[in-house]
Amino acid sequence: MMTNPNGIVTQGQFSFLPPLTDEQITKQIKYALSKGWAISVEYTDDPHPRNTYWEMFGAPMFDLKDPAGILMEINNCRKTFPNHYIRVMAFSSVYGVESPTMSYIVNRPKNEPGFGLVRQETDGRNIRYTIHSYATDKPEGERY
Amino acid sequence: MMSEQAISDETTVDLEAEFQASNIQEVLDKLDRELIGLKPVKTRIREIAALLLVDRLRKQFALTSETPSLHMCFTGNPGTGKTTVALRMAEILKRLGYVREGHLISVTRDDLVGQYIGHTAPKTKEVVKKAMGGVLFIDEAYYLYKPENERDYGQESIEILLQVMENNRDDLVVILAGYQNRMNQFFQSNPGMRSRIAHHVDFPDYGTDELLAIAKLMLAAQNYRFSAEAEKAFAEYIPLRMKLGHFANARSVRNALDRARLRQANRLFGSRNKNLRKIDLMTLEAEDIRASRVFQEGALDLDGDETVK
Repeated sequence: MMTNPNGIVTQGQFSFLPPLTDEQITKQIKYALSKGWAISVEYTDDPHPRNTYWEMFGAPMFDLKDPAGILMEINNCRKTFPNHYIRVMAFSSVYGVESPTMSYIVNRPKNEPGFGLVRQETDGRNIRYTIHSYATDKPEGERY
Repeated sequence: MMSEQAISDETTVDLEAEFQASNIQEVLDKLDRELIGLKPVKTRIREIAALLLVDRLRKQFALTSETPSLHMCFTGNPGTGKTTVALRMAEILKRLGYVREGHLISVTRDDLVGQYIGHTAPKTKEVVKKAMGGVLFIDEAYYLYKPENERDYGQESIEILLQVMENNRDDLVVILAGYQNRMNQFFQSNPGMRSRIAHHVDFPDYGTDELLAIAKLMLAAQNYRFSAEAEKAFAEYIPLRMKLGHFANARSVRNALDRARLRQANRLFGSRNKNLRKIDLMTLEAEDIRASRVFQEGALDLDGDETVK
């Protein structure tokens, strides 16, 4: 999992790039707003790739016109959870359900220990593989 | 950065050219055309426009100054145009480049204050976030503060607003509106609010001439017109109506016109064996105005309806 050159978790958009600046985030939000998408801010300290439902930081924001309000929420979230993963998601409602259209990480822990591969021997000589985040050895809230 | 350094202290800048480029004159002309009277309001808008323009020039010399605070409070009697001007203000500030989007979010107490503990803050913040990049217009703002109930959640909403007005000055403009004396009470109980609002604009009552001009403007917007006689009748109607209770300036004029339209329609309907021209459908006659109870008996009904039954 940690074979990417930056040694960081790569999930969602832009995750192989250097961290987005506030200005760049503003532009991304602007794009989403121009499409009429709702935007939410979410955080977690369990970066497992199959952990799709992160904690919501406040309710998703509908009908905004300007990125400033969302950037304010992002900064509030960063202040509250400086060492968590924080992502911004955009949702489109054109399919009748709010479907994710964008997702990118805007904050990450200083240290990302990464993932280990757990091999479980089962019947015969079969092996089952599990990806395990080292961070989750510790209880919730103490991971980073 | 280069251009800032390139301009020396001796360089002159062209205020006129900047003025032309900004389309401000167009905005101000439109304001003059479409809003009758309201001298103090127009003067204040002119001042704000000048300030923002000069600020832009100062930036060329790298003379930085803090963004001016443009939070406003509109006070005045009912029907003096507070809401109308607020709607206009968003557009004006957008033209002047002060707000980014130029939309207006109009709210009252219900939209800001929650019903149980912990409900108010998210509610107010949601509204504030929606208004960012534009103007937040709080109508009847004095309802936010209810001194008779010390557990009222309005205070919490006020505190969040104060914080936003201070910290997010670049992001939104807050306009409070309400009747003069009740707003004064409101500010007395919330001195923090008063000091954070730079512009207190008082909307004066309209004179009779102004009300007549407003009436004509309203009719023109709806493709109606007064006949010469009707205009005279309406000019007589206004002072009579002003003497009666519950006079709400332009709003009363609008209601009177709406009733005149009803009577006109009824009159046309009564004479339906006649062929009507376009001009007949557009014109309010003197009898449509004079049928008002204000003329007949010099009184209103309790519900403010003045049509003779």
